[in-house]
Amino acid sequence: MLDVPNPTTTETAFDLRKEAEAAGITSTLQQLEQELIGLKPVKNRVRQIASLLLVERMRQRAGRASAPPTLHMSFTGNPGTGKTTVALRMAKILHGLGFVRRGQVISVTRDDLVGQYIGHTAPKTKEILKKAMGGVLFIDEAYYLHRPDNERDYGQEAIEILLQVMENQREDLVVILAGYGERMTSFFASNPGFRSRIAHHIEFPDYSEAELLFIAELMLQERGYRLSSPARDALERYIALRRTQPFFSNARSIRNAVDRIRLRQADRLVSDLDRMLDIADLETIDAVDVLASRVFNGGAAADARSAKP
Amino acid sequence: MKLTQGCFSYLPDLTDDQIYKQVQYCLTNGWAVNIEFTDDPHPRNTYWEMWGLPMFDLQDAAGVMMELAECRRVYGDRYIRISGFDSSHGWESVRISFLVNRPKQEAEFELVRQEVNGRATRYTTVRKATQHAAP
Repeated sequence: MLDVPNPTTTETAFDLRKEAEAAGITSTLQQLEQELIGLKPVKNRVRQIASLLLVERMRQRAGRASAPPTLHMSFTGNPGTGKTTVALRMAKILHGLGFVRRGQVISVTRDDLVGQYIGHTAPKTKEILKKAMGGVLFIDEAYYLHRPDNERDYGQEAIEILLQVMENQREDLVVILAGYGERMTSFFASNPGFRSRIAHHIEFPDYSEAELLFIAELMLQERGYRLSSPARDALERYIALRRTQPFFSNARSIRNAVDRIRLRQADRLVSDLDRMLDIADLETIDAVDVLASRVFNGGAAADARSAKP
Repeated sequence: MKLTQGCFSYLPDLTDDQIYKQVQYCLTNGWAVNIEFTDDPHPRNTYWEMWGLPMFDLQDAAGVMMELAECRRVYGDRYIRISGFDSSHGWESVRISFLVNRPKQEAEFELVRQEVNGRATRYTTVRKATQHAAP
């Protein structure tokens, strides 16, 4: 809005590599590649957006017409596929690339936007929008905004205010809607205005077994553990079994499994009070810690209760 | 008569871009920004009406500008000012305050002298009645 320089001289040639490095695009994309496992469609879209920014900048300097791109996004996918994680990271990326001015993320659900009585919704929604200005507004489980069974639901009012700001102040904030696939589809079907104002519809695919294993190892590594090689085999079998059982929610189930494995490891160490422990004992996960899981006995119902999001 | 109150009042009126930058300065310092309006801009009237609540936790001035546009739409014929409140310990007071909107027909004031106790004089600033009738 403010810091758009008005070039008096137009340039005619650009060094692409230098431009990309100056904009911090190369390092941002590298970081994304390292920190997020899988998620090909997401990474592809981020790369496209980054490229657009770069080209827009050069076009501007060359005196060609340029319009700020629409960056509102919708993330759809099964539970635990990383929608929230990517949304939080997206703010940093967009800020790094200069699309948003401040880079904060305001994460809200229906309760934060919709009021409880007439005249309550508009100030509430605007309050949130004002806080999100210059950054990213992340609306989790966005379909709850629309209640098809109740015509007078205040959610509609919040939707209208959102749409207006999404349209008029595109350069001030980026709105990301997230939710489970089918319900988002029906939400967009009943609010066509939303669908057309969102430029990027990104599907989050389920993780493959290899990716899940990698995620588990990364999680353990972050917490300062390492797997013995029989434990690694056991974990591989665990993931294959867990995927077929009900209430599987991708990386979230894996995180819960990792936490339970740590519990079992601690329990195993404490059960024998008379022995001396060394550092290797403290940080190694053994196969027994993994194999003690109910998943191996087909105890899906019992396991589902604790793994539920 | 151009009303002079608060910061920048001897300068030409701020443009929206300049207001944006001033507000962003407030937000960067962590002050809560308020929008206030009144039809009684007497220098002794400190109680202007607030447009909505003080805006805490904002990151970018675009949010304030959005509210200001709305306030101007409704109360474009009144004086509107923006103030920045510093809540940090030791300050706890308004750190900046400036006008962002004036009515087309500005308020006019005159000085009234009253002689008391012999040659002593009391001064009062009084808004001229002609302007007062039609806000």
